Formats: sequence, structure tokens, C-alpha cells
Amino acid sequence: MKGNNCCIGLKVYFSGFLAMIFLFPCFLSAQIIHPVVKPYEDEVWSTPLNLIDLQIAEILKKNGLKMRNPCSDSVFIRRVYLDVIGTLPKPEEIDDFMKDTKPDKRARLIDNLLEREEFALYWTMKWCDILRVKSEYPVNLWPNAVQAYYQWIYENIRKNQPYDIFVRELLTSSGSNFRVPAVNFYRAVQSKDSLSIAKAVALTFMGVRLEKMPENQQKNISLFFSLVTYKGTKEWKEEIVYSNPDTTKTIRAVLPDGRFREILPEQDPRCVFADWLISPYNEYFSKNIVNRIWAWLMGQGIISPVDDIYQKITDNNKNILGTLENELIKSNYDLKHIYRLILNSRTYQQSSILGEDKPDIFTQFAFYKVRQIDAEVLLDALCWISGRYEGYVSQIPEPYTFIPNTNRTITLADGSITSPFLMIFGRPSRDTGLESERNTSPTDKQRLYLLNSSDIQKKIKSSPVLKKAYQQVWKNKKESINLIYKIILSRFPTTEESSICEEFFTNSGLPADQSAMTIAWALINSKEFLYRH
Amino acid sequence: MKKQKIKPQILVFLVIVSVSLMINNNLIASDTSAQQKQQAKSVIQIWLWGGPSQNDTFDPKPDAGYDYCGPLSKSIPTNVPGIEINDSLQMLAKQADKFSIIRSMTHGIGAHETAAYYMQTGHKPGVGLVYPSLGAIVCLFRGYGKGYTGKIPPYIVLTTSQGRFSEEGFLGPGYKPFVTGGDPNQKVFAVEGIISRDVSDQMQVKRRELLKKIDTLGKSMPGCPDFELFNECEKEAYDLILGEPRKVFDLSQEPDTIRDRYGRNWFGQTCLVARRLVEIGVPYITINYPGWDTHKQHFQTMQRKLAEFDQGFSALLEDLSSRGLLDTTIIWCCGEFGRTPKIEWDPPWNGGRGHWGNCFSSVVAGGGFKGGCVVGKSDSKAEYVVERPVYPEDLLRSMLILLGINPDEQMPNDKGLDIKVMPYPDNYSGNGELKEIMEK
Repeated sequence: MKGNNCCIGLKVYFSGFLAMIFLFPCFLSAQIIHPVVKPYEDEVWSTPLNLIDLQIAEILKKNGLKMRNPCSDSVFIRRVYLDVIGTLPKPEEIDDFMKDTKPDKRARLIDNLLEREEFALYWTMKWCDILRVKSEYPVNLWPNAVQAYYQWIYENIRKNQPYDIFVRELLTSSGSNFRVPAVNFYRAVQSKDSLSIAKAVALTFMGVRLEKMPENQQKNISLFFSLVTYKGTKEWKEEIVYSNPDTTKTIRAVLPDGRFREILPEQDPRCVFADWLISPYNEYFSKNIVNRIWAWLMGQGIISPVDDIYQKITDNNKNILGTLENELIKSNYDLKHIYRLILNSRTYQQSSILGEDKPDIFTQFAFYKVRQIDAEVLLDALCWISGRYEGYVSQIPEPYTFIPNTNRTITLADGSITSPFLMIFGRPSRDTGLESERNTSPTDKQRLYLLNSSDIQKKIKSSPVLKKAYQQVWKNKKESINLIYKIILSRFPTTEESSICEEFFTNSGLPADQSAMTIAWALINSKEFLYRH
Repeated sequence: MKKQKIKPQILVFLVIVSVSLMINNNLIASDTSAQQKQQAKSVIQIWLWGGPSQNDTFDPKPDAGYDYCGPLSKSIPTNVPGIEINDSLQMLAKQADKFSIIRSMTHGIGAHETAAYYMQTGHKPGVGLVYPSLGAIVCLFRGYGKGYTGKIPPYIVLTTSQGRFSEEGFLGPGYKPFVTGGDPNQKVFAVEGIISRDVSDQMQVKRRELLKKIDTLGKSMPGCPDFELFNECEKEAYDLILGEPRKVFDLSQEPDTIRDRYGRNWFGQTCLVARRLVEIGVPYITINYPGWDTHKQHFQTMQRKLAEFDQGFSALLEDLSSRGLLDTTIIWCCGEFGRTPKIEWDPPWNGGRGHWGNCFSSVVAGGGFKGGCVVGKSDSKAEYVVERPVYPEDLLRSMLILLGINPDEQMPNDKGLDIKVMPYPDNYSGNGELKEIMEK
């Protein structure tokens, strides 16, 4: 903390321009200001500064702040696995990474993760939250369309479809909800009138609550969706979505940026809007997506909440957003490029440890924000540790969705298929597409479940993954503890932790294997396991 | 500042206004005090999940013939002259003075999830918001911060959740019920998270100490508000795991005679748990009683289930009444709909009953509902309503009023919604609340 005071002191002496010259090299050098907290932090950066860091440095400097220390390799591997692929690293993956001594090992790990199958699965889940993929009330896509839509989203993410093309297809497709899955965008709204559709479009792709715009603008945006029509077929729950042209009328509408459009009877107004939406004229399209990706990785948007950014662009956030937007457009709307940029920054790789400081005295950029693991990811992690699959059954008929028993929770396509665990741990209901639907705050019920439910008890006791540690305990307690730590916390115990565990073996009054199970229970209930940090 | 003189005319006017206000206030005050005297404090919702047959329970039609009655073709008199119920409910027949039957429930919906939603939220499934269930509303007005201070959560579901129904609606996760899990008919009612079969209290304490010591990340950032909240939640959790309140789930404290009276099965013992929860002031308890969706094997299932149901429900009425708790406890019992009065004899049903939302029965008791009454009337086969249709919102609004919650007042919410608690819909054409069976 001393270092921090020193900097604030300096700022007083060297105000204005002088301070900028003086402090900037101070940031650039690998000089550490905060005391290093083990086992979560390293002394020295091996990650080079990138484009983002330069922007962030300026913001921090303005506020008299310093970036935290680099997070340690064991923190990094866990963090980046959970953030990028929603999956805990396996012990052998941890070993490989820790053994690697090349300075670019973090960058290589990031590249590797971005190409993993789980990347597509995890981000499909996120997009299904935003696009409201569920079969029942109040969205009512119904099971067949849910599967078609899910597959379509998944394919787009897997092949890293340029984002502008992805969005344009969602907004301009016509056809059967079974055969042209993108049309389900227009079905996954709570009400199928043009204003509700306009609301969904603004929320999803502009990060704007339409109701905050002037009424006149709301009406004008709605005009672009006024011809969207739905028609049933003889197939159960099949629906054709299309733009029903009024052959006599020309629609005159004003875009949110004030540009005027005259839409001739032979034109699909949705296309006119989509072309404007994805153009650089639209100040919200690329801002929305880069801000969202930032929030998904950093725990908080540059503008917050990410789906309410209307008129919140300020001098403080303009530059960093602008940098990311430029990169997005330059890369031809390659979202993975934005992921890579953020993940390779020191800003992302800094520590989450705030010591006794309250985060509110810091700006959002001066630490990595701790937050609870997503419900689905947590359950998958618990399932992996316990060596047993959760198994999902659909209660929703016509047709019943069959879910292979070995499917992970993050691959659940249908928001209407759920479990008590997922409800307790805050999985979004996919009713509105708002990011705030996901509840990441701890609750009493969550604590009860993890501390004392028969489910968790059973998962720990009968885990074939942890069994090795339980058996080893009779021969070598230290090895056993090491293994439990690696499986659950992705790292080895510190000397202090080792001795706490050793002491527990002696004093618990339990047989050694049951002591080991209790240690596993304690680690699963620790903040380090339950939080991304 | 200059003192302003009030003109005498205005003064007179003010006196008149204030006197009339006082009178009015007095009237209102005496009115509410009368209401408070018998205001309901708790609700037990017995949810016959799947939809039970009205013909085979509270609206028997012995004259409709075998195609409508099957083997359950007899009705019996109750202890209230003029009211008959199905012969399958012998014990309830002796308690009929304690409950009233609504024989004209209707909503016309034949799908489980939408009917269940309408019956429990009072809102037709439609566009826009997902509305909260009655339980969540009661939790909002009678839960934490509104007079309830118990450690046991204010909204309990015994013992499994309804799955496709999100009780909390737009009120958010804070109004989700606590689902107990476990089976009260087992030796230990293992309430998920609260009561563990395998871990002794002594071991719970040791485990907690270990957890505290081993929490390295938590210890390295003591100022983190997220972690502070986490610690608070953990403390609350341990107050339940190790504290006194959990004893409410310990049925071994009940004498065997009582336990036997309720019936030694899941439903009976669950009713007993519900009574114990009412005793400690829990405002809303839902018993999710599954197994009523009898498309096939209808009569075999009914024979088994109705015996359990009859015993457990009648015991609950009797027990609450003898403890003086029935006056302040509403019981409402029904499913999401009824079942087709005409039996489907053909394969694949082979004697089953389908979904029927046009006319079905619902039972209410206690908390200001009169006993021994029948509301509405169905036709000769219990297929359609012929007198006083009762819509879900009529029933739910009645319960809210008995609980002292005005269904037309603003509903507080964090979504900035300008919304009433449970207003009548715009095109409403029903007969309103069940005034005929509500004590004044």
C-alpha cells in the first residue's frame, strides 16, 4: 500500500503534464506497487503490454491508480479456462502448463482454448440466454424450433462467423422455423407486434432499451418490423416467418441516427434496417458487442449494465471502446480477435486480490473482478469432480427432447429444461434476454445446498475422480492432499494449507479417508472454488 | 414571514372536512380491526398436481351412469346436511363443516403448464410478464421485512418443485420458494441442505472450523463486498443447520397417535409437517402432491391415492381446528384442472380420464372462509358450469383479501413496473370474489 501512497503523493507534486510524463514509464516498467500475495500473484509480468493496456493505463493514471500485480500461472489457467470454455482445467492440463517455461505460454494457451469444442458450446449457451432460446412460456419456441435454432447458433459460433453477417442473417431471414432456424429470432419475443420486436432488436444488438429512446424514434424503428408476419402450417408448431409486402404502400421511416429511408413496396424493410444496423454509421452496433465481450471476460462492462448503454458514452470510456471497435471492424467482425485482444492484455491478467481495499475506491479497470461461477459451469465442474453426469429429462412434450445422459449442462439447448440446482444457482430464465436475469450473488439457499445437501455429500463420497486421493491417504497424506487441491482448486496447497490439513487428519477423529473427503468438501465450499478470481 | 389569516368560510369548510375525515377514518379503522381479528396468517396450498377428477372427489354425479362414474359411482352424505361427496372420501365427509367446495371452477385450459400458471398466478398466460404465484405474493407482503422473522424461509414447498413453473415470476429469485426435498415418511426427514443424515452436529462444527481455516482466498481480501455477502449467507445457513428452527422438520417429536392419524405415507406426513410450519408462523406452504394426471390406470390410481388423500387432508383439518389454528390458516386444495367426466374406455387409455379445464372443483377452508358451503353448480355430468363460474383470479383475490392484502394495491417491484397486485383483467366478466363464503 505504501507504493500507492507514494504515487498519490507524486501526483500532487507533479501535476498535469509533468505527472503524465513521470508516471507513464512507471507504469510501463514491471515495477510492482502492491505487495505480492501468494499463491495468487506473481512478482513479474511476462505478458507484454498490448493495445488495451495502453488505453487502460491512461484511464488509471487519470484516477491516480495502479494496475494490480500479475496473477499467478495457477490462477491464470483456472481463470482463462472458466472464462473462455466454461470448464475446469484437468490435472494433466495444469501440469503441462506449469511445466512450460516459454514466456509466451499464456498467449499459446489462449489460442488453444479459443479453438476448443467447449468454446463453441459455452458461448452458444451465452447467446441462447441473450436470444431467449426456450420452448415454453413466455417465449414459446417449442422443442423442435429450439433444437433447430440452437444448432444454427452453435454452427455460427463454431465456424466463427463474422458477427455482422450473423446478425444480418438473424434479422433478415424468411421461412419455416424448422428449416430456416434464424427466423426464430422473431418468434423468441414475448409479443409479436412490431414494437416488441423493435425492443428485442435494440436490446440485443444495440445494448439499448428502446423505451429510453424518444417515442418518435421508437415508432420509427418499429416501422421497419411492421411487415413481419407469422403463418402456421399443417406441421405441429411449425411457423413461417416472413415480411409480408404491402404492394401499394411506400414506408417512410427515420433511422435512430436521423437518416431518412423510403422503403419501396418491393423492399423488405427488415433488410433496410439490418444494413443500417451493421454499418459504421450506427454508433451502437459494434460498441454493444465489444462492451459485452469485455463484461463477459472482465466481470463488468466498460459501460454497465451492458444492455443499457444508451447515452452513456462518455469521455472516460470512449477511447477504450473506440479501440476495441476499430479492431473489430478492421478484423472484419471477427469476435475471436476481440477475445484474444482482451485475454492477452495485462488488464485481464492482473490479480483480483484487493486486500482490505474496497473495490469502490478503484475504478473497474484496476483489478480482475471476482464473481461466482455460472450455475451451469459450476454444476459441470461438480459433475466432473464427482465423476458422474447430471442427466437431464425433458418434461416438455411434442416432441420430447432426448438428452443423452453424458451431455454437459452447458450444452442444454432449451432454457425450459432445468433442475433445482440450476434454479438455486441463478441460471437465467431466458424470458427477457436481459443479462441481469443471471443471478451471480450468493444466497442462503446456495450455501445450504453446497454445505449440507445429500447431493453434494454423495458427489464427494462416491467420486471415482477423488477416489485415488482417498486411497492414497493411508500411504501418503501429503500426496493425497496435493491431489485433492489440484482436482478442486487447480493448484498445489501452500505450506500453511498443508499443515492445516495435516492437523485436521490428526484432530478430526475420523478415519483418514473420511478426513480426506471432508477436506474435499471444505475446498468445494471455499470461495476459491466457487468464484472466478 | 408574514402570518396569513385564514378566512372564516375556509375555516368552517376545513372543520367539516376534517370531521368527516375523522368519521371516515373511524369507520375504516373499525372495519380493518374487525378484519384483523380473524385475518389469515398462513396458507397451505395442497396442489393436486396433474389435475384430479371432480366426479371422483367433491362433485359426484352418481346418476350420470357407468360411463361417467366407473366403479366410483356412490356418493355419501357429509356432516353438513345437503352436501354429498364421493364415497371415496369417507373421512373428509365427517369434516365437511370445516371446508367449502367450489364446484364451478373454470378456465377452459387443457394444458398442464398454462393451466398451472393461471391457477397459481391469477393471470391468463399471454404476452409480456411472467407473474408471481400467490405464494410469492404472500412472501412479498408477509415475508422478511414485512413482519416475518423466522429462520425457516417464509415460502416452503413440500417436498419437490413443480419444475415447469417459476413461482417467483418477475419478482425475482428472492421470492423463489425453498424446496425441502426428502421424504417426511422416512425415519429422518432429510430436508435438503438443512438436515443431513450422515453428518452429526459435532462433525458439522468441526467441518465449519476447517472451512474457515482453509478459506485462503477469502482471508486475503477481507474487504470484498461479494465475499462479505457470501459470509452472511453462510452464517444464515449454519443457523439452520445447527440451530433450533430445524426441529420443525423433526416428526419424531410428534406422538405416534398423531402421526398415525395423518397416515404413514408421504402425503399424510407432509400434511403434518405443514401443520408444524404453520405453528411457527411460516406464511406460505405448498404441498406439491403429484400423481393425479391419470390418463391410464385411472381407477386403480384413484383407489390408492384417494385413501391417502382422504386421511391426510381430513387429519390436517381436524388437527388445525382443534389447535385453534384453522381460523388463521387458509387451506386451498385443487389441481390445475379437472378431468374429463366421460371415461375414456378405449385403448390406449383403457379406462382413463383426460384433462378438463371447463369445470372442476376446488376446496377451501379456514382463515376466514366459511365451512360447510357449496359455491356454484355443475351440470348433471360435471362437464360444464351451470351456476356462478369461479375463475382462478376470483379464488386467488379472495385469499389475498382474507390475508389482508389488497389485490388492487400497487405491487412493489424492482423492475420499475407500474402494476397492481392482482387486478381483474380488462375483459373480466365473472362474479367476483367468493364473498358468499368469506366471513365478514
